[in-house]
Amino acid sequence: MAKVEYCGSVVDVASSVSVLDALLAHGHEIPHGCRAGACQSCLMQATQGCVPEAAQDGLKSTLKAQNYFLACRCQAATDLVVQLPQASAVRFSATVIERELLAEDVMALHLRSDAPIDYRAGQYMTLWRDERLGRSYSLASVPSLDAHLTFHVKRAPGGVMSGWIHDRLRTGETLQLQGPVGSCFYVPETADQNLLLAGTGTGLAPLYGIARDALHAGHRGDIHLFHGALDTAGLYLVDALRRLEARYSNFHYHPSVLRSPAQLPEGVQVGAIDRLISTTAPELTGWKVFLCGAPDLVAQLRKRIFLAGAHSADIYADAFFSAAPPPS
Amino acid sequence: MASLYERLGGEAAVNQAVEIFYRKVLSDDRVQHFFDDVDMERQIAKQKAFLTMVFGGPSHYSGKDMREGHQHLVARGLNDSHVDAIVELLSETLQELGAGESDIREMATIANSVRDDVLNR
Ligand SMILES: Cc1cc2nc3c(=O)[nH]c(=O)nc-3n(C[C@H](O)[C@H](O)[C@H](O)COP(=O)(O)OP(=O)(O)OC[C@H]3O[C@@H](n4cnc5c(N)ncnc54)[C@H](O)[C@@H]3O)c2cc1C
Repeated sequence: MAKVEYCGSVVDVASSVSVLDALLAHGHEIPHGCRAGACQSCLMQATQGCVPEAAQDGLKSTLKAQNYFLACRCQAATDLVVQLPQASAVRFSATVIERELLAEDVMALHLRSDAPIDYRAGQYMTLWRDERLGRSYSLASVPSLDAHLTFHVKRAPGGVMSGWIHDRLRTGETLQLQGPVGSCFYVPETADQNLLLAGTGTGLAPLYGIARDALHAGHRGDIHLFHGALDTAGLYLVDALRRLEARYSNFHYHPSVLRSPAQLPEGVQVGAIDRLISTTAPELTGWKVFLCGAPDLVAQLRKRIFLAGAHSADIYADAFFSAAPPPS
Repeated sequence: MASLYERLGGEAAVNQAVEIFYRKVLSDDRVQHFFDDVDMERQIAKQKAFLTMVFGGPSHYSGKDMREGHQHLVARGLNDSHVDAIVELLSETLQELGAGESDIREMATIANSVRDDVLNR
């Protein structure tokens, strides 16, 4: 049992419970999201004591050095004094330049950040509505090609953050950003390797960035991008992707839907994305793979792709975990 | 004389072996259902620790860890036939990596030495 001090009150934390859950159980309001170590909205800083290595997984080295940690991943072995990060140290503001409806329920949000942001296409950032509410969104823009930061936000049913972005947030307004984080991005060292990019829904956002980044860097191997949606209304950026296909002979775009419409647009396939991948690219030895979108789909694809021959270290994945309720 | 772990090629061999072994396990109807953890990264980390142990490498497993780690699988029906299958897949893995007969036997001996702990007997 370790003691964790926060805002002057001391909380006993059993070794099986995260610092986040212990603080929440004591009525402290700590911002949090995915509870899976991905979204980083439960970032905290230890001013005394030693945080376990696992609680710093995925943090930038500068943050690690200052004893920042993720409260949801922190099983305290020893006593700690912790605080919320000073907003100015980890967040900065950005202005909404443009809002653009890409599909019925997918909004592209173009932002200009006040300070320059060093990011890789395919990473993600936390967007904050206010002090307490933050959610992760993946970057669809490419630093060397795009002037602004672009995110694709899908309206989740009853979603507090995505609903606010779709219905309330206006052009010219500002919001806070944190990050970027994530290791799902292109590295130019392996220009001849074949790339498989696969995702559903707004999983396209990072993949669109990664594909353009790779093509712009002069990637020579084949690039296959699979985008799956429930129905044709969920397919977006179709024209832009077709233009890329026309321009680069090594780029191949494979849109697919689960539900067959009365009239199937040309080039769109019907079926589950994993089956379409197996048919088009049955053998993946030596490929590099990027998977983004719904967590169960990402987990299932990852296994299939590994069995099709891809090396486990060549499979990069961002599962779009939604904010999880605390364990009851 | 070099230890089994050194002869097999140490950590690099474990990293290679885990790719082969885990693919075999996931494709084998006898045992794949015990490995259906959705978190593949975590599974691979676990398999690396396990392979390091059966290759006679620096391992932090205790008999107690072995028991606790497999309790839930024993409850789901894990028995001798599954351990036999795993030893078989391990042997095939080492064969593919070019290990000799006697090294494979030595690995199987280590694997069998933890059988009772794994099966919680
Ligand atoms: C690494 C990472 C990257 C992400 N990138 C993106 C991105 O690029 N674009 C994007 O749109 N989202 C992305 N997400 C998801 C995003 O962070 C939010 O979880 C999502 O926008 C819902 O937040 P909300 O506040 O609107 O909904 P909440 O108020 O948190 O949830 C409302 C309800 O909807 C459910 N729900 C949440 N998401 C979905 C969904 N997708 N489908 C069905 N039900 C849902 C919840 O379980 C809950 O019942 C990403 C998540 C992670 C962890």
